[in-house]
Amino acid sequence: MTESTLRIGVLLPEVLGTYGDSGNAVILRERARLRGMEAEIVNIGMDDAIATEVDVYTLGGGEDSAQAMAAEVLRRDKGLHTFVEAGRPVLAICASLQLLGHWYEDASGTRHTGAGLLDAVTVPQGQRSIGELRARPAVEALAQTLTGFENHGGGTFLGEGTQPLGVVEFGNGNSTVPCPADFVPRSTPEPVDGAVQGSIIATYMHGPVLARNPELADLLLARAVGVSLADLAPLEIHEVTQLRAQLLGESQ
Amino acid sequence: MTVSRSRQAHHSRPLPLRSRLAILAGNAAAGASRLLGKGSGGFIGGAIAARIAPNVLSDLAAGKQCVIVTGTNGKSTTTRMTRTALGAMLAPVAHAPAGMSPEDFLASQVEKVASNTRGDNLTSGVIAALMAFPKATSAALEVDEMHVLEVADAVEPAAFVLLNLSRDQLDRVGEIGTVEARLRQAINRHPQATVIANCDDPLIVSVALDAPKVVWVSTGNRWNADAVSFPRGGRVIPSPEGLGWHVVDEEGNVTLSRPTPQWSVVDVEEGTVASGTITGPFGVELHVDLKLPGAVNVGNAAQAIAAAVSLGVHPEDAAAAVSTVDEVSGRYAMTTVRGRELRTMLAKNPAGWHVALSMVDPQAKAVVIGVNAQVGDGLDPSWLWDVPFEVLNKEQRIIVCGERRWDAAVRLRYAGIDCQVADLPMDAVDLCEEGRVDMLLNYTSLHDFKKVLAAMGGSK
Repeated sequence: MTESTLRIGVLLPEVLGTYGDSGNAVILRERARLRGMEAEIVNIGMDDAIATEVDVYTLGGGEDSAQAMAAEVLRRDKGLHTFVEAGRPVLAICASLQLLGHWYEDASGTRHTGAGLLDAVTVPQGQRSIGELRARPAVEALAQTLTGFENHGGGTFLGEGTQPLGVVEFGNGNSTVPCPADFVPRSTPEPVDGAVQGSIIATYMHGPVLARNPELADLLLARAVGVSLADLAPLEIHEVTQLRAQLLGESQ
Repeated sequence: MTVSRSRQAHHSRPLPLRSRLAILAGNAAAGASRLLGKGSGGFIGGAIAARIAPNVLSDLAAGKQCVIVTGTNGKSTTTRMTRTALGAMLAPVAHAPAGMSPEDFLASQVEKVASNTRGDNLTSGVIAALMAFPKATSAALEVDEMHVLEVADAVEPAAFVLLNLSRDQLDRVGEIGTVEARLRQAINRHPQATVIANCDDPLIVSVALDAPKVVWVSTGNRWNADAVSFPRGGRVIPSPEGLGWHVVDEEGNVTLSRPTPQWSVVDVEEGTVASGTITGPFGVELHVDLKLPGAVNVGNAAQAIAAAVSLGVHPEDAAAAVSTVDEVSGRYAMTTVRGRELRTMLAKNPAGWHVALSMVDPQAKAVVIGVNAQVGDGLDPSWLWDVPFEVLNKEQRIIVCGERRWDAAVRLRYAGIDCQVADLPMDAVDLCEEGRVDMLLNYTSLHDFKKVLAAMGGSK
C-alpha cells in the first residue's frame, strides 16, 4: 500500500452485510482501479476500532439482532462521528440508514438509540416493503434515475436537518406508515427514498445499489478522492448499461 | 426393535373413510396435473387431498417411521440418501435372493420407502408422497424449513435431520432468525424424535439444543457467515483453525462451545466425485465412495447415515446404501446435447453457490451460470454479490444466462471475469464447443432447463 492508495472501509461486515451490500465496496474499488488508481478494501469488524484513516465508508443492511449489535458499537466508538465531522463520504444501506438516525424501533417495538448522525427516526411498518424501488434523484449532484431492491420492515422519517436522496417513482421508499407523534418530520408531499445529510448518503436500495447506479458510485468515489464528479475520467461498462436498460425498462 | 416396528405398520388400522376419499380425489388431480404438463403432480394432488380431509397427513403417516430432512442446502440430496439408507433397513444386503445382485436388491427395496423424490417439499408435497406409497413402513421426507412444524405435528417423526441454515430468498422466506425460531418450536414439540444435527453450524445447534435425544454430526460445513449473532443471545466466534466455535456474551465470557460430535467427517477427497471417511460412535469407521461431487455431500452422507443408524440400520449397510445415490431430481445428472456433455448443478443461495463453485471441474470446456428471479428463486438477485465468483478460472469460458443475466454479467465484470451473455441455458449450451460443460443454475432456471431436456427426449 502506498499513500496514494484509496482505502475503502467496510464497517462491521459481520453484522451489516445481509443483502450483498459488501459488493458496494468491491464496485468502488474496481471503478477506481479501472481509472488507474490504486485501491483496497479495509474491513473494520466488531472488535476493531473504527479507523478514520480511510477515504470512504460503506455500511450495509442487517437483521434485527445484528443491527442492535452494530448500534451498540456505534454508541461506544465515535470513530464514524469523527469521520463524518471531517466531511468524509459515507454510504449507508437499509438497516444502516435506520441506525444512523436518532433512534429506531425494531419489529418487537423496542426503541434503540441510534448514532444520531442523521436527523431521522424509524418505526416498524407492520408490513415489510419488498420489491423494486426506483427514484428520481433529489440531490443536485445526481442526474440519473436511481434503481434498487427494497426489503425493510421499518418506516423512516426525515427531520428538517436531512433531505431525501430521491423521489420515489416506483416502489415504497422510506415509509408506508404515519410519522410517530414524538417526531416532527420535514414536509415531503411525495414518497421519498433515503437520506442525505452532510457527507452521508443513505438509501433503502439494495442491489447492491452501486452495481445498478454507476453515477452514485462515482459521486462517492470523487468525494473519496477529493475531486468533483466531473473531474473523474468517464467509465462506460457495457454490462452496467445493459442492466440499467433492462431494469429501468421493466419497472416503467 | 426394527422388525417389530415394521410389523406394527403392516397391521396399522385402515384409513378413515374421509381420508380414503381425499386420497382418491388427490390422485385423480395429480394425474390430471401431470397430463396437463403443469408440474410433477405432487403439489396439486396433495393440496386437494388436504382440503378434503385436514387430517389426511396424520392418517397417512400413522404406523410409518418418518424422517424429516430440513435445512437451507442439501435437503433433496440428503433425503435421497436417507431414503436409500432406510431401504437398507428393509433389505440388509446379505439377504439378497439368489441370482439378484446386492445393488439391484437394494434398489428394489428403496422403492418401498415413501419419499417426495421430486422435491415438492411443502406440506402438500409430503401428503402426495405418502399417498404415492400407501404400503410403505418408513418415509424420508424433505420438508421446507417453514413447514416443518406443520408436517411434524401431523407425522410425529421418528427423526429429524437438521442440515444447515443460511440466508435464502430473504424476500420470500424472511429473516434467518424467524426460520430458526420456527424450527426450534418444531423440535421442542417432538421430544420423542431423535434429532440428527450438524454441530458445525451454530444456527442448527441453537435449533437442536433443547432436544432430549440429539445426535451431533460434524459435517465439515464451514459456512458461518450468517451466524454472527447467536439466536439465544451472544455472538459466535469461530476458532482460528478447524471447525470449532463458541458463543460469547457482552462481557466476553464463553457461554457455549460447539457440541462434541458423535459422528464426524474426518477425511474428504474431492474430484469428479467425492469420497471420504466418516467416524461414528463405538469406534465405527466408514468409507463412502459417492457417485456425486462435492465435499458437502460427504457431510450430507454422514447425516443420512447417522439418521438411518438411529433407526436401526447397520452402519456398513447405511454407508454402502448412500454411496449408490447418483442423481437427485436431475441435479448432478450428465446429459449429452449435440456433443456437449452437460453436468447440471443447483445453486440457489450464497452458501449453495459457494459449494457449487467448488465443484466446478477445472477441465470443463465451459461454465454456464443461469440466474432467474422468479418467486421460487427470490425476486432479488443481490445475493450474487455474496458469492465468491472470483474463484472461477479466468481461463475457462464463462457464459451467463437467464432472466437476470445482466445482473450476473455486471457481478462478473467487477470480479474481473470476461463472460458471454445468452438468453436461456440452451442458448448458452449452443455457444459452447463440444466436450464437458458444467451448468450452475438457480432454482427455476434448472427447473425450466430440465423441462427443455425432457422435451428433447433426454440423453442423445
